[in-house]
This record gives sequence, C-alpha cells and structure tokens, in this order.
Amino acid sequence: MRFHPLKPARRSYRLALAGLATLAALGAVAAHRMDVAGHHITGMNNSVVWGAPHVFALALILAASGALNAASMASVFGAPAYRPLARLSALLAAALLTGGLLILLLDLGRPDRLIIALTHYNFTSVFAWNLILYAGFIGLAAAYLHALFTPPAARRLRITAALALIWRIVLTTGSGAIFGVLVARPGYHAAILLPLFIAMALALGGAAFALTAAALSRWHGDIDAAARAHQARLLAWFIAAQLALTAALHLVNLYDPARADFARFVLLSGGLYTVMFWAQALLGGALPLALLARRGRHLRAAAALVIGGGLAHLSVIIIGGQALPMPIFPGRRVAGALGEVAPYTPSLPEFLLGLGGAATALLLLLGALRILPALPPPGEDGGAGAGGGAGAGAGR
Amino acid sequence: MTTNPPANSKRRKLLAAAAASTTAAAVAPGLRLIEWATAAASNATDAQPVTDETRWGLLIDTDKCAVDCDACVRACNAEHGLAVTARPETDPQWIRKVTLTGDGDGDNSGDNSDDDGDNENAGRITSLPLLCQHCEHPPCVDVCPTGASFRRADGIVLVDKHTCIGCRYCVIACPYQARAFVHENLFAQKPWSPRGKGTVEGCTLCVHRIDQARTPACVEACNRGDGDGNNAGDGDDNNGDGNNTVAEGNTRIDGDSDHTGRNPDNCGAGALLFGDMNDPQSAIAGRLRAAPARQLRADLNLNTGVRYQNL
Repeated sequence: MRFHPLKPARRSYRLALAGLATLAALGAVAAHRMDVAGHHITGMNNSVVWGAPHVFALALILAASGALNAASMASVFGAPAYRPLARLSALLAAALLTGGLLILLLDLGRPDRLIIALTHYNFTSVFAWNLILYAGFIGLAAAYLHALFTPPAARRLRITAALALIWRIVLTTGSGAIFGVLVARPGYHAAILLPLFIAMALALGGAAFALTAAALSRWHGDIDAAARAHQARLLAWFIAAQLALTAALHLVNLYDPARADFARFVLLSGGLYTVMFWAQALLGGALPLALLARRGRHLRAAAALVIGGGLAHLSVIIIGGQALPMPIFPGRRVAGALGEVAPYTPSLPEFLLGLGGAATALLLLLGALRILPALPPPGEDGGAGAGGGAGAGAGR
Repeated sequence: MTTNPPANSKRRKLLAAAAASTTAAAVAPGLRLIEWATAAASNATDAQPVTDETRWGLLIDTDKCAVDCDACVRACNAEHGLAVTARPETDPQWIRKVTLTGDGDGDNSGDNSDDDGDNENAGRITSLPLLCQHCEHPPCVDVCPTGASFRRADGIVLVDKHTCIGCRYCVIACPYQARAFVHENLFAQKPWSPRGKGTVEGCTLCVHRIDQARTPACVEACNRGDGDGNNAGDGDDNNGDGNNTVAEGNTRIDGDSDHTGRNPDNCGAGALLFGDMNDPQSAIAGRLRAAPARQLRADLNLNTGVRYQNL
C-alpha cells in the first residue's frame, strides 16, 4: 500500500488551519500574560491551584495514550483493519502528548525553569516519574514511527508497539497516581483512580482518534471505514469500564466516613460540580453507549460526547477534589473560607491556554501529515482489504 | 634605527595600572560580599550545620488563643513582607487564624480517626493559628518533582526558591492548606526572607531567626502581648545560651485564658511555645510530657512539629 501525505486541497482544511493557528497564538498570548502579570489573572487561587489548564492538559495526555489504540490493534494484536491507521495513530498520540505537556509547562509559575524540571529529579515524586514516562512515551512513539516508515527497521515494529502499549498503560496509571497518592484529600486518595484513568484514557483517546480520522476523511477521503465498527465496539467497552469504575469509586466512598462527604458533594450537593458529574455520566457516558449500540453508525457523535464528558469528569475530579474543604478538624465546624467550598471561576486566559495547547497539538499533527506519507489511500475499506494493507513495513 | 624605551616603559606602566584598577574594580565587590557573608555567618550564634539532634517544635495552647487576636498573623506578615491585597484568595497566608465550633450533631466532616468520638465539644468555640506543621514525613517533600521542598535536619520544612518550578503539587498535597503560591509581582521584600513570584512558599518557622538564636516572629508577638499582663520579653535581646534553649526563655508557659478588653495590637497571651522537642530539659518537652497534645490529621502519621493543647 502506498501512503500519502495530506494535500491542502479543501477550503475547510485551510479554514481549520487558520482557526487552529489563531487559537495557538491566543494561547501563547495568554501564557505570556500569566507569566508577566502572575497567576492572579487566572481564576486559580491558593485553594484551587490546579484549574482549567490542568483539565485540558490531562485530557490531552490521557487522550495521547488512548490515541495509540489503533497502533496497538494493528501491530500488537494484528488486526488488519487498523494497519492503514497505525501511522496516524502514532503521530496523533505524540502530538496530543506534546500539546498537553506544553500547557503544563506554560502554566508553571516558572516555565523558564524547564531545565531544572529536567535535571533535578526527586524520585519519591509521582510527578517526577510522570516526566520520565512522558519522555519515554514520545521516544517509543518515535521508535514505532521509525519502524513504520523505514522498511529495514520493520522487524522491530511488533516489539516497539508492544513496549508502547505497556508504556502507555503505565503512563496513564502514573497520571491517576498523581491524584491517587495524595493522602490529604478525600477526593483524591483512592487506588481506584488509577484504573479509572486508564479507562478514561482509552475512551478519550479512542474518541480523539475517531474525530481526527473523521476530519481527515473529509479532506483526504475515507480512511477508517474498515475499522469504524470495531472502533465503536472498543469505545463502548471503554466507556462502560469508565462508568463502572466511577460508580465503584463513589459507592465505596459513600460507605467510608473519611470520604463520604466527597461522594455526597459530587453526587448531590456540589452545585456545578454535581451538574458536571451527572452530565458526564449521562451525556458523556450513557448516551454515547446507546449511540454506539448501533455498530459504529454514530461513532463520531459518540466520540464528541465522550470528549465533552471527559473534560467535565476531569473537572469534577481535579477541581472538585480541591474545592471541597479539607478535613483538618473533624467534628468541628470551621468558620471562614477554610470551612467553605473553595471558589473557582476559570478566566479567559486559562481557557485560551488550554485550547491553545489542544490547537498546537492538532497543528503539529497536520504539519506532520503534510510532510510524512502517513495517510492510507482513501476508500471504503481504508485500504485494509488488499493483502492485509499497510504495505510491507507498516502493516505488521 | 632608534628606539624609545622611556615611552614604551611609560605605556607598560600605564597598562599595568589600568589592569590593576580593572582587576580591583572587578574583584573588590566580590571580596566585599565574601566579607559580608563571613561576618553574617560569624554573627549567627550557631554557625554549625544543623543536625537531627534538634527537633524544633511549636506548642499551641488553644485555651490561650483568643478569637479576636491575630497578633501572630500580623507579626508573620510584617516579618516576611507578606502584603495583604484586595484578593484574599490569592494572598499568601503563612499562618492563619481559624475559629472552630464544636459540632453537636456528631456529624464529623471527613476523617474522624482522631476525633474524640463524643459531643463534649458541642458548641465550644476554639481559636487557633494554622500554619505549616513541619512534619517529620512531609507530603509536600514527597511529591515535589524537583526536590525544591525539603526538610532540614532539625525538622524545619522549607522551599528552595531557586529550584521551585511553581507546579503547585505540594500545595495540593499539604493536608493543612498551609502552602501558598505567589500569584503576583512582589515589592519591598525582606532581605532575610526572599520570595519569588511563581514559586510556592509557606511558614519557614522564621528559620533566619532560629539560626540567630531568636524565636519565630509569631511566637514573639504572641508572648509580647498583654493578654494577661504577664509576659516575658520580646526575645530579640536573647542571644541564647545554647542551641536548644533559645525559645523557652521568651515564652510564657502559664497564664489565664481571659482575653477580653485587650489592645488588639498587643493581644497575644502566650499561646505559642517554641523549642526543641528533642531536649528533655526544654519547656516544650516538659509541657508535652505534662499534658496531652494533639497533632492535626494524626491519622496520617506525619509526626508534626506543631502540636495543639486543649483542642
């Protein structure tokens, strides 16, 4: 099979490019403003120190891990329908991770100290492990792409893909552990957050991949027709796993005196957090499941709902977990701010930084697709039908 | 062919003089800095490296801490140049006053593992200062990706402002909400307490004063007050007669809890006692032996350096 680079033929492509470039530029301006003026121009404060930028960043990082589903299906599990999509899968994964990390970097109080973050490791810190996991993920994605694009390296394809599969599961576990290991906060300290993050990553990444393939199919011709039904089935399983783990988390919390307040806060009394929780459960979980029951017919609509639901769910976990007052004085009512739900209203710069990071990820992907022959020939079967597709190197 | 040795010699001398002046100009400020640093070190009572033989601690008697008194907060803000703006949510609070009311319905919020389990505190109002608890096993140190959060051998938990990248993971990890992120530009900093926009900070236990055998500013303020008219000096004059006794001399350990009608600028009533918990002869160790004291979130087994009595 001959792979092709993306041709900028359609007007909608150029419009999308202009829109993404504008968002990326606005994100850069927002980051600059936050750096110069300080974080007081954001809605974040000393109670809610991680806000909207972190929701966007984590969504992108988790989606990066899940976006590699197609590559794993093609090169680890040998599913022929996914072979034409392996290159796109790896490029999308690397781009999404880069976008997520960019947001995290630019949100730092001292982004100029990146070199310190890279050279001073505290190995008891889950955050420091994650930095290593992120770098390893980019490295493995690059090695996998090298094996895909370079016929002599193709013999390393399966092992590289298997390593990448293991690595991304560890990476998402690490992302969950950032919160799961925090003993101080009842909204965070739960081992079940680790598998929950894996399920979220698989669902978010699967959804991001489906939507990206949809956009590229519009410009390039249908590239994922053969894999769509299976993508839908996988996405449904991942959504179901996410819903089940979420239900288990809150059910167990309700029976735990140390965490019952958080469960009640999320499920019943948390105001906007409660609304977001049920919205993600129903509109980002149950509804897409119902849509996907029709075997891929509504994959793209379901994928869009999953991404919206994922952002809402991450907001509940990340921000809601900080907003609830800390249980420092059990059995006592605490007067003042320390005893109340912490205020947090995200500001425009935060949204722009988050959206700018996502836009940068997509720009990177489109740039890579313009240069590299990563898209299969268009067709109803996405090119998978002919001899297992994906050509000599890419298919295995 | 003629030469002009005198002219060459003159030029050489001129060049040598210029080089000497340049070198002196370049090196002198550095030497001066070294001189200042040496002088500063020799001024410190204890210029030796800190060791874990000392464990600095703070004992807070909540019975002596009045609801309407914030002398400790004001002293901390003044000592460290913490400005109070119109944005309380982002203002740094290294120490904050907290007022608690006993929950009569037994509906404990959150972790109740160190709760009394009865209603003896129902309706009881308690006031206390909340600050970094200087844990022996500090979660903020565990989670810091660069190691900027660290614990000194003598138990003081600090942030290295040069390696803090401002990720705020430690702020989330702290069980006491005792850390703050610097959200805006800083002005009029105190040279002994350098801060940095975009970095995280928290109570240093006034480490700069401790290293000069002085008490933390909050302790000094609390014991300077006229809460019961029987306080023991401001501590600034106390150069200490040993590493582990610098604080007790400044700190009253008795007093009543009736704080009505005080001057609000001078309201401290000796609720704070600072000292070396490892020294059996110290007042704080004696008080800890004499009456039970609580650690906040004792269920986490962090072995805090700040303890509370009558809570």
